Parts: sequence; structure tokens; C-alpha cells
Amino acid sequence: MTKDTSNQFAGLKTVLTVLLAGSLAIFAGVAQAEWKLNLQEPVTDLARRIYDLHTFLTIFVTIIFVGVFGVLGYSLVMHTRKRGHKAADFHDNLTVEILWTLIPAVILVAIAVPATIALVNQRDTSKADMTIKVTGYQWKWGYEYMSGDATGIKFISVLSTPRAQIENKEAKGENYLLEVDRHLVVPVNKKVRILTTATDVIHNWSVPAFAVKTDAVPGFVRDAWFKADKEGTYRGQCSELCGKDHGFMPIVVDVVSEAKYAEWVAAQQKEMAAAADDPNKVFTLDELVKRGEKVYTTNCAGCHQPTGKGVPPAFPALDGSAIVKGPKERHLAIVINGKPGTAMAAFGAQLNDADIASVVAYERNAWSNKLNDVIQPAEVKALRGK
Amino acid sequence: MQASHDTHDHAHGDHGDHAHHGRAPGLMGWFTTTNHKDIGTMYLWFSFVMFLVGGAMSLVIRGELFAPGLQYVSPEFYNQMLTLHALIMVFGAIMPAFVGFANWMIPMMVGAPDMAFARMNNWSFWLLPPAAILLTGSLFVPGGAAGTGWTLYPPLSVQMGLGMDMAIFAVHILGMSSIMGSINIITTILNMRAPGMTLMRMPMFCWTWLVTAFLLIASMPILAGAVTMLLTDRHFGTSFFNAAGGGDPVLFQHIFWFFGHPEVYIIALPAFGVVSHVIPAFSRKHLFGYTSMVYAIAAIGLISFFVWAHHMYVTGIPLTGQLYFMYATLLIAVPTGVKVFNWITTMWRGELTFETPMLFALGFLFLFTVGGLTGLVLAITAVDIQLQDTYYVVAHFHYVMVAGALFSAYAGAYFWLPKWTGRMYDEALGKVHFWTSIVFFNVAFFPQHFLGLAGMPRRIPDYATQFTDFNAVSSIGAFGFGFSQLIFLWVVLKNIKGGEAAPVKPWDGATGLEWTLPSPVPYHTFEDPPVITEEHLAAAH
Ligand SMILES: [Cu+2]
Ligand SMILES: [Cu+2]
Repeated sequence: MTKDTSNQFAGLKTVLTVLLAGSLAIFAGVAQAEWKLNLQEPVTDLARRIYDLHTFLTIFVTIIFVGVFGVLGYSLVMHTRKRGHKAADFHDNLTVEILWTLIPAVILVAIAVPATIALVNQRDTSKADMTIKVTGYQWKWGYEYMSGDATGIKFISVLSTPRAQIENKEAKGENYLLEVDRHLVVPVNKKVRILTTATDVIHNWSVPAFAVKTDAVPGFVRDAWFKADKEGTYRGQCSELCGKDHGFMPIVVDVVSEAKYAEWVAAQQKEMAAAADDPNKVFTLDELVKRGEKVYTTNCAGCHQPTGKGVPPAFPALDGSAIVKGPKERHLAIVINGKPGTAMAAFGAQLNDADIASVVAYERNAWSNKLNDVIQPAEVKALRGK
Repeated sequence: MQASHDTHDHAHGDHGDHAHHGRAPGLMGWFTTTNHKDIGTMYLWFSFVMFLVGGAMSLVIRGELFAPGLQYVSPEFYNQMLTLHALIMVFGAIMPAFVGFANWMIPMMVGAPDMAFARMNNWSFWLLPPAAILLTGSLFVPGGAAGTGWTLYPPLSVQMGLGMDMAIFAVHILGMSSIMGSINIITTILNMRAPGMTLMRMPMFCWTWLVTAFLLIASMPILAGAVTMLLTDRHFGTSFFNAAGGGDPVLFQHIFWFFGHPEVYIIALPAFGVVSHVIPAFSRKHLFGYTSMVYAIAAIGLISFFVWAHHMYVTGIPLTGQLYFMYATLLIAVPTGVKVFNWITTMWRGELTFETPMLFALGFLFLFTVGGLTGLVLAITAVDIQLQDTYYVVAHFHYVMVAGALFSAYAGAYFWLPKWTGRMYDEALGKVHFWTSIVFFNVAFFPQHFLGLAGMPRRIPDYATQFTDFNAVSSIGAFGFGFSQLIFLWVVLKNIKGGEAAPVKPWDGATGLEWTLPSPVPYHTFEDPPVITEEHLAAAH
């Protein structure tokens, strides 16, 4: 039997080699096809390294596949009853079995080496030039610059694709579902450290061009980094199921030159100073409702719906709601602190006093809730932290 | 009963006695039956019905994803569909299907008259319908079903409504059923083998189920624990997974995947077992490397408990953890490779014919290897970070699960159907079923690799326009694949109604005790233990 089998395996080697060459040719052909078949173009050293690692692995597994199934294919054609082939009688061969246990093991060790180097590099978040805190909310991202000139700049970034496009009432734009109202802006060639966290459920901050994908876990902080070496706009999406609008909270990052970045920082700071509300300003009902409607559309309408009817029972109606029509302290408290165990977030962390005052005033005066309530930012301030 | 009992029929010393042992008449008979063949049949039908239900849900998903924009369902309902699709397919379709095979075949393969605990066997089946009702019924309660994905991660699962609690109780019940089934299988295999049927002469299907049953007993209670902690977090103020109360949401993921990875092999191992019978039969050869197969199965079973966090590379586990889980995951590729090589060598220099069971076994081998190799790519942590939670992963596990489990189950069903019903199925229809299935399966799932590489996240009801073309192709494939499965229903119904009578051994290359019994097999078999000869053992040995 031994002589017999060794002959078989020798004959097969030729078939194998031919098939390997063929597989490489096919692989090269497929890579040139029109439809997007591969990873996004990497713009960091690490992402490039991972891109190459993936290419290597894909070629490697393709070769294995073609090799193994080449052998099988030969057998399926040649060793059939139709061709009058008679079954051989062998069912053990220790040498062969040891070989095909050891050889894959050695190959796997060889793969593990570059994989380990890439991974160690990926996790090294030390010596960052700047740090940005990223907070996942249902369903938007909050950004806060923690170091450098931009320290203190913070904003919320929300999907900007119009509802009408999603509902197929309008033609879809170029960056459908991958566009937000405010981009994250970072300088080129700087090591940016990202700290992720969340307030409600687990989200995931992911930008494929940077090879960054890190969970944002409520109550914990994780980190990741990237150093983009090419200016441009890069897009990603939340990559952990986080509820209803998980598919609608994209990430957009602008990588800009040092000079443009400085300009952007200055503009942001100016804007923030101008937008800062005078804490003692007294609003009229009209002012509140007007401002509140805007706040409502960006922050609340996703769940409670523009009509205020909600999607009960998960997202209760606000139109005619007992809480909205009840004492305003209770209403304000829920908006500020959220409702644990539900999708109702603590907006105290996301919105300033004037925004909270106006959105609550809006809710109390919109639809059939004509309470004529006026709420001033000072009342919000007084309730915070209670 | 057939008059043509030959000397192979060890089962019926006493035909006159037989009538008294049948199932009680009518529906009540099915409720009260303790016969392993009845229970096996019920498991198989149950799993097929659940397969159609879960499949219909996947078509809702693929229908919505045919084009960008929201067409038919709301995002909330979409999330419920993807959750129920997975839970139903894993717990309602695939697992019960292989328990059905175990019930039917294990006693016949080891020469036992029935399962060890016949009454408990009845109970483990009849727990399934209530669980199925809880799962599907949760769609109709206020707030609908759980929309968390089958992984049920908190805190999202804490936000869910009543549907979540129903899913938790369904998991409890399914877990009980699995554990009882496993105890039964282990006891049957260890204690009820006919004299001469030593462990190392046992058919491969029995070996795979023996290891699987241990995996189930070890892992199902862990899942039950995890969902119970979820339940108390939801309703009784505990904070296992709530950071604000000192808990950690990621703890749930560790517990879940400590169950979840062995679960992958709970599904895959019996599939390996079935294929290890079909391939030798149609190659007219012995299974190559029986002993190394047994060791490979045991090794896979053991290692499967030590790789769980490869599902959690992006959760922020420490670097050392990522490295360890990457190495351990690569390690599991070795015994898996051994199995594939063994099957291929079994066919090498055989006398191959390609009846439907063999086609499905080959389909299994082909697709499972694709899934295994993309698994190798995903095992590399740095690469996985680009692919985690994208459609690449969706493609990967459908190649492993659908191809691995479903194709193998079909191979087994066509293989043993003549034995069960006593009639040959329609071979031409079977072949149509195979070819439509494998073509549409690849049309549905192969493009998903490209979608994932390009960055399309999974579990989204709508997508950027750049993903449109491949999604449309994938949806067409999915509908084609879905409707192809009705051919199987047709084949089986046709087979039950009539057809050419099956001989004792319809496959000339098949060996094993089950092929010594008449077709259809009598209601009671091996009431006296059979005499085991080398010839009986050849196929899976
Ligand atoms: Cu998300
Ligand atoms: Cu796993």
C-alpha cells in the first residue's frame, strides 16, 4: 500500500503546481474588475500594512483552496465509476497524516509573525500629538478636542442626509448616508489619539481608510490612533448594532494641512464665543419655540417623530403626554438626566441650558400641547445635577 | 411490515408481539411517543418548518436590501427580523435537525433498541414548540421582538421591551431541551452499544455527536446564565452589565461567546459526522484516517472553549488578549484542515458516483472550506479590525453555517431517506435541488465578501449607494436559494406518497448497522443486540 499511495501523491504534485499558477492569474484578473472588490484605499502606514497583510492572506488562502480542490477535482474526474475506475483499498497512512498536521502548523506560525507585528503597532497609542474624545450617542457622535490648540472645541455630528432621500422621495445624493452636518477635522501627518466612550449603548467608531475600529462602551474609555498622511475626506459608519438608527450615524473626518487646521480651529473658537449664550438672557415664548423646534428636529424627532406621536411603546408620544403636560420640573429632569434602561438619553451632557430650555418649551407648546409655558435657561441651570 | 426480512434483520424475533408496541393512534400518539424514530421524525419536521420561517425572515431582510433607501420595513422591524432570523435558524432549525438525525440514527448505528431515556427524549422534543412560539410570538407583542441581533448585547438588550423577555425564556427552554437531549445521547452511546461495538469502532456520526453532546452540556448552562443575568438587570435592579452600577457591558460578551464559539462546533461537528458517512459510501472506500478524525474532533471540541474572544477583537480587550486569541484561533485551523484532507483522501482513487447525497456532501466540502479559509483571514486580529462587523463576516459565517450545516443535513437526509420511508426519492429532483441551491447560495453570499471589504457594516437596513450592485445580486441569489428549498419539500412529500421501493441497502458502497435493517426500518429495531462484523463497520471506519 505504501508504494502505491506515494505514487499517487507524486503524480498529483504536477496537477497542483499547474493549478496554483492558474489561481494567481485568475486573482490578478479579478482585482482589475470594475466593481469595488477590495479594502478601501488606506491613508495611514498602519492601514497600508494591514492592506498588504490582507492581500497576502487572500492570495495565500486562494492558493490553498485551489491546490486542495485541484487534487479533489482530479479525483472527481478520474476516479469515477463512469470511467471504470476501481476503488483502491487504503485507509491509513501515518506519514501523510503527520505531514498534513505539521506543515499547516508551520505555515500558521509564519503567518502569525507579520500579524503580530501589525497588531502591536496598532495598539501603540503612546506619543500622540493630539487627543480627541469621541462619544457615541443613540444615534450621533460627539467630538471633543482634549489637547493642543483646539482644546475645548466640542460639537455633535449628525447624519445630514435628508429624510426624503432615505424614503425614496428624492434622488439620492453622492454621499448618501455617509454625510454629516459637522465633520471631524484633524491635521495631516499628526498622530491623533481617539478616546471612545458612549452614554447609552455600545457603538463603534470606525474609519476604514485609517484602519480604526473601536467600540465605544458606555462607562468605559477605549483608545485607538491614526496618523493620516494624505489630505482628504474619509468616511466610516457606526459598526456595532446600537438600535433603530444604527445604520444612520456615519463618521466623516477631514484630514487637512497644518495651516488649514489652524484656520479651522480659530474659526471654531470664534464661532463658539459668538454662540455662547448669555446665561442671564430672558427669552420670549416665540424665540424659545423657534429655537426649540430646531433642537427637536436634530435631537428628538428621530424617535419621538416630527409629529410628536412617537413609535409606542419603545418611543412614547410627546403629543398629549402626561409628562410633557405635567409639571415642567419633571419634564426638564427627564430631558437632562434621561431615563435609564431606555433609549432616552441624558441630554444634559449634549445640550446647553438655552437649548434644553427651548426644546422643552417647544414640546410643551407644539402639536396639541398648548401650555403657553415659558422656560428660561436659568431654570435649567438650577435643575442640573439634581 | 415487509415480508422479505432476510438474515440481516436482527430486530424481530417475534413479529406477533410487534403490533402492541406501535404508536398510539392519532395526534395523541405523537404527543406520547417515546420511540426514537418517531421523535427523530418530529425533530426533523420541526426543524424544517423553522427553517422555512427563519428563511422567510431572511427574505424580508434581503428584500429590503435589494436597493438603497427604506422600502418595505422600518429600521426597528428590520432589526427584529435579523435577530429572529438568526435565533430561529441556530436554535430552531440547525440544532434540532441534527438532534433529529441523532435520534433516528444513533440507536441504529450502535445497535441499541432505542435511546437510553425514552421518556426524557419525548420531553426534550416537546419543549421545542413552546420555545418556538415564544420566539415568533414576540413579534406580536407591544414593541415587537428583540432587535439586538442574536448576540443580545446589553445595554441595548436592556432597552428592549417584552419581546426580549420572551426571547430570554425561549433560550432557557431551548437550553433545557438541548441538555436533556445531550444526556440522552451520551448515555446511549456510552452504555447501549451492542457487544463488539467498541468506541474506536464506532461510526463517525456517533463520535461527532458524543463530542457535541459534551460541548452542549458545558456551554448551554453558560448561555442560560448570561441571559438570566440580563433578565435580572432588566427587571430586578442588578447591574451585572451596567457600568453605572459597577458592572461591565463587555462582561456579557465574554460570557456569551464562551458559549457562542463552542456553539459553532455544536453545529459543525454533527455535520462533519454525516459527511464522514456519505463520502466513503459513494467513494466505495474506507474513511481515510479514522483515528486521526476522532482525535481531530476531540481537539476541535476542546480548543473551541479557548478562542471565544476572537469575536471581540474591537471591544478593547488588551493587546496580550488579542495576541493569545489570535494564536489559539489559528491553532484550531490545524485539526479542521486534517478533516478536510481526510475527506479528500477518502475520495482519492475511489470509485465515485454522484447521487444527490454525494453532491450535497461535496457542496458541503467546497463551501465549508471557503468559509474556513475566510475564517483564517478573520483570525488575524489586525485584518479582522477592518472586517469585523462588516458583510465579510456575514459571508464568512453563512459559508460555514449554511454550507457546513445545511448542506450536510441535506446530504444526510437524502442518504437515509430510503431507509426511513422505504422508498427511493426522485433522484432527478434531488439533483435539481442541489444545483439550484449551490448556485444561488454562491450568488447570494459570495458578493458579500466584497461588500464587507469595501466597508459595508452588517445589521443596517439601508446603505450607501456604492454598495447597490452587489446587494442587488446578493438579494437575487437569496430569493433563488430560498425558493430552491421548496424543491426539497416536494421531494420528501413525493417520497412519502409513493415511489420505487428501496432495497435494504440502496447505496452499494454504504456500510454500517443501519443498512442491515429492512427498508423502511421496523418500528422497533435491535431489541436483541446484533452481532457486529467487520463488514458493518467499514464505511465510517
Ligand atoms: Cu451603531
Ligand atoms: Cu468563534
